[in-house]
Amino acid sequence: MTDPVIIFDLLLAAAVVALAVASLSVRDLFVAIVLFITFGLLSALSWVRLAAPDVALAEAAIGTGVTGALLLKTLRHLRYVSGTLDRAEALSVTPAAPVPAPVIWANAAFCGLVTLGLAVAFLGAPRSGPGFDALVAEAMPASGVDHPVTAVLLNFRAYDTLMEVVVLLAAVIAVWQIERGLSDAPAPVLGAVWEGFARLTLPAIVVVGTYLLWKGAEAPGGAFQGGAVLAAVGLLLLLSRLYVPQPSHRGVARWAFVLGTGAFAGVALLVAGGGRVAFEYPPEHAKTLILLIEGLVTISIAVTLAALFHGREPVALRSDRGRA
Amino acid sequence: MMFGTMPQLTPDLIYGVAGIAVFAIGLVGALCTQDRLRRVLALKLCSVGAGFLLVVAAWRGPPAAPDPVPHALVITGIVVMVSATAVALALIRRLQTLETEDDT
Repeated sequence: MTDPVIIFDLLLAAAVVALAVASLSVRDLFVAIVLFITFGLLSALSWVRLAAPDVALAEAAIGTGVTGALLLKTLRHLRYVSGTLDRAEALSVTPAAPVPAPVIWANAAFCGLVTLGLAVAFLGAPRSGPGFDALVAEAMPASGVDHPVTAVLLNFRAYDTLMEVVVLLAAVIAVWQIERGLSDAPAPVLGAVWEGFARLTLPAIVVVGTYLLWKGAEAPGGAFQGGAVLAAVGLLLLLSRLYVPQPSHRGVARWAFVLGTGAFAGVALLVAGGGRVAFEYPPEHAKTLILLIEGLVTISIAVTLAALFHGREPVALRSDRGRA
Repeated sequence: MMFGTMPQLTPDLIYGVAGIAVFAIGLVGALCTQDRLRRVLALKLCSVGAGFLLVVAAWRGPPAAPDPVPHALVITGIVVMVSATAVALALIRRLQTLETEDDT
């Protein structure tokens, strides 16, 4: 009577929850981040079980891969600054101060209330109410692509996606401002095995990223997943020092950051007029326009994510700072 | 919702409960831990928990295709979350550097 896959679902869900608890309760921050990355990959697997391969790809590539790289880089910086880089037992970095007991109880009560409310709302909600699926299915022929998620992202709800690209742009601007003049932890020296690995995998990653972008029109994939995979190329190039950012590259980087937002907004405004509103693509050109936007947005996403990983704006360091 | 009978185990129920649990763990972590990096991790757990609930809401059972609109919302959320995480981590790096320079 019970589907055997249900047992797998139960085990997977239990593992996801257990990893979430473990990543917050383990003492060593490095272990916490590694557990978090495992948690993200298993969440992505659960979303595959829930028939959401696009979301799973995005979570695996962006939510887990890029976020994990950012966390590990920050941990290395914190340990470098606090001088605990080569100590094996280096634990949490921020010194802990005792918290008054009433605060702990108030926090616990608040968390319990919120969780209880969520549980009541989730278990009491109708299990299969009507969603937007019928509306989307009806409008699919006019969207210009064959994959519903891509149609929603790039056509039906394109304003959301435009704002999302703007948020990414704002993030890289903020990071460059915050880190201005900050001296960086020296990057770890990677051995010959790493460089060989980078040389072997770089071409493969470029092909996979481009494939994900192209395939997004008809199957799971698309600009964000493809962009994140291409950002991995940037991370590998930065880590293996095959590419070292120079101050003179800032102009190119800035253009790459705004390319996606600019192209997205530009197309939206250009199709407006003649009785149409912004983002109302003419049906016969819809696929071309969507692929054009997706291609340029992918470049922006890849460069922006790699820049977020690199952090500090590439500036010419004064010699005393360079040695510090 | 029938409280008298045992509800049948379906993937949406299992992963929905898991999503609520992950959200709750993240909330407790964000409010109750002191370490800044761990707080960012906890907030990220909250966002994954919320993603679970949206993906569960889009699920329609094996023969039917899922609702694509919540899927698009979750993808947008993931990208917004990585942007927020990057800014938060940059602030943490800056703060740590400033505090260390104050000490010396």
